[in-house]
Amino acid sequence: MNVELLLQLVVNGLILGTLYGVVAMCFTLIYKASQVVNFAQGEFLLIGAWVCWWLLTEFQLPFYAGFLLTLVFMMVFGIVLQVLVLRPMIGEPVISVIMVTIGLSIFFQAIMKWLFGVFTQPFPPIFPIRSVDIFGLNVQPAYLMSMVISLLIMAGFAWFFKYSRLGLAMRATAFNQQVAQSLGISVKQMFAVSWAISAMVSALAGVVFGIVNGVSPALSFFGIKVFPAVILGGLDSIVGAVVGGLIIGVLENLAEYVDGQWLNLGNLYAIAPFYALVLILMIKPYGLFGTEKIERL
Amino acid sequence: MAQTAVAGETEAATQVALAVNNIEVVYDEVILVLRGVSLEVGKGALVTLLGANGAGKSTALKAISGLLKTEDGEVTRGTIALNGERIDHLAPETIVRRGLFQVMEGRRIVEDMTPIENLRLGAYTRRDSEIGADIEMVFSYFPRLKERTGLAGYLSGGEQQMLAIGRALMARPQLMLLDEPSMGLSPLLVNEVFAIIRQLNRDLGITMLLVEQNARMALRCADYGYIMESGKIVLDGSAAELSNNEDVKEFYLGGGEQRKSFKNLKSYKRRKRWL
Ligand SMILES: Nc1ncnc2c1ncn2[C@@H]1O[C@H](COP(=O)(O)OP(=O)(O)OP(=O)(O)O)[C@@H](O)[C@H]1O
Ligand SMILES: [Mg+2]
Repeated sequence: MNVELLLQLVVNGLILGTLYGVVAMCFTLIYKASQVVNFAQGEFLLIGAWVCWWLLTEFQLPFYAGFLLTLVFMMVFGIVLQVLVLRPMIGEPVISVIMVTIGLSIFFQAIMKWLFGVFTQPFPPIFPIRSVDIFGLNVQPAYLMSMVISLLIMAGFAWFFKYSRLGLAMRATAFNQQVAQSLGISVKQMFAVSWAISAMVSALAGVVFGIVNGVSPALSFFGIKVFPAVILGGLDSIVGAVVGGLIIGVLENLAEYVDGQWLNLGNLYAIAPFYALVLILMIKPYGLFGTEKIERL
Repeated sequence: MAQTAVAGETEAATQVALAVNNIEVVYDEVILVLRGVSLEVGKGALVTLLGANGAGKSTALKAISGLLKTEDGEVTRGTIALNGERIDHLAPETIVRRGLFQVMEGRRIVEDMTPIENLRLGAYTRRDSEIGADIEMVFSYFPRLKERTGLAGYLSGGEQQMLAIGRALMARPQLMLLDEPSMGLSPLLVNEVFAIIRQLNRDLGITMLLVEQNARMALRCADYGYIMESGKIVLDGSAAELSNNEDVKEFYLGGGEQRKSFKNLKSYKRRKRWL
């Protein structure tokens, strides 16, 4: 057995897993606040990464400026999307809203391909060194940054929902919209805020991932990969989303290890999470942390 | 007619906190639930609205607080005014900002939050720096809440009701609508909750409109009362008048059993102010 490779893959899995966790959190945020299953979550990463890339390469902005501008853009984008597209759908059947978000996903993918092409574009180098050595493992600084940023975001979410006025109001909205309104909370405003935060943070994840692997249409795959993580965690649990993301990240890499060492199927990396998903749904239909709603037939 | 009545009442009108004029409420565009309800709550008063199950009491409160709009209900006729300004077309969150706060039936606290988080939510519409002090003030009225640090969903029914009232206090309302605060509480707790409601009304000067099934308790602490049946006000008067009224005694306070409903009584025509 190749212990060093195994260790390397576990570390990769954890790093990628925290990023999955962040995107899964964003997905869950929208679902909890506004009961919308957002199939366009992956496109938030895609758009964020392309916009940031474009600002950095086209206008030669320093990274921080381009990055901040991207976040501002995504905040506005999230709000506009919610107000113009999702708000008129309030009260429509769940399946109609899902069709709309699937439509948005396809639409944004097409637009991004049209604007930026289908080829992978590298980010301008942000770190002067290629890799750092941690306990004998090779880690790209971008990966480290990804990990640190992801953890910061998670801490930020925890703080936001525990202590901020807006965070409490969003939790109240998720608990019961009528109760929230009776407290003076504008539910529509909370929907818009949840989309804004979700778009911003997803874009951040997109930029981080783009820095490591370059920007390409493949980024929107994140949106699909996040599904096993979210469902594993239980769809409406923020903590569950993080744990689910971590598990999926590690699982992917372990699957690659097993595949590379013994099976040689060549595609286990990509589909292992979905096997895990099916398995888990059979054992725990509401995920590891989800609210159980018993439906009797 | 109506003109002169209004003119004659301008003096009094400045003292009116809430004026509900002849409202009609329809659910799902077909179910007529309130059929011309009028009531008035003076500034600083504690007024109770009594009636049997399904009379439309909660509907009346939700019409006033605007929460009806979240249930496919609509005020199709009449007006509602808070301090002389119409509020019937406003969104519920705007009405809260105007100083009217409803404590809904069944407590409706946020179960997956702690009591303190619930209290902070009550202050959502405020931006001042006295929120911490007000939390302490709520704890001084409800000391037992302070010891509960777990999730509010695990509180006892009485504690949840206290939390619901405390959360309303956090909004610093001028007018509080309370929907059946005694529901599901032991007699001892009912006494405690009513004593606190009365105290809040006196100490903090919060005007209250109290919906109750427990007519005896409600009339004991209220100044004035309305009695509702099948979506109409059938009787109103001071708490003392109502307590001594033979029919109120009979139907709401327990007693004789000759008549079945106010509907059969010719003598209880509602005072016609709007016709
Ligand atoms: N959302 C709704 N949609 C349709 N009908 C409703 C709705 N809410 C209440 N109703 C109907 O309106 C009538 C009055 O209900 P309401 O809840 O106002 O009564 P209540 O006086 O508060 O009764 P209780 O003392 O049992 O709380 C009932 O017949 C009820 O079925
Ligand atoms: Mg009721």
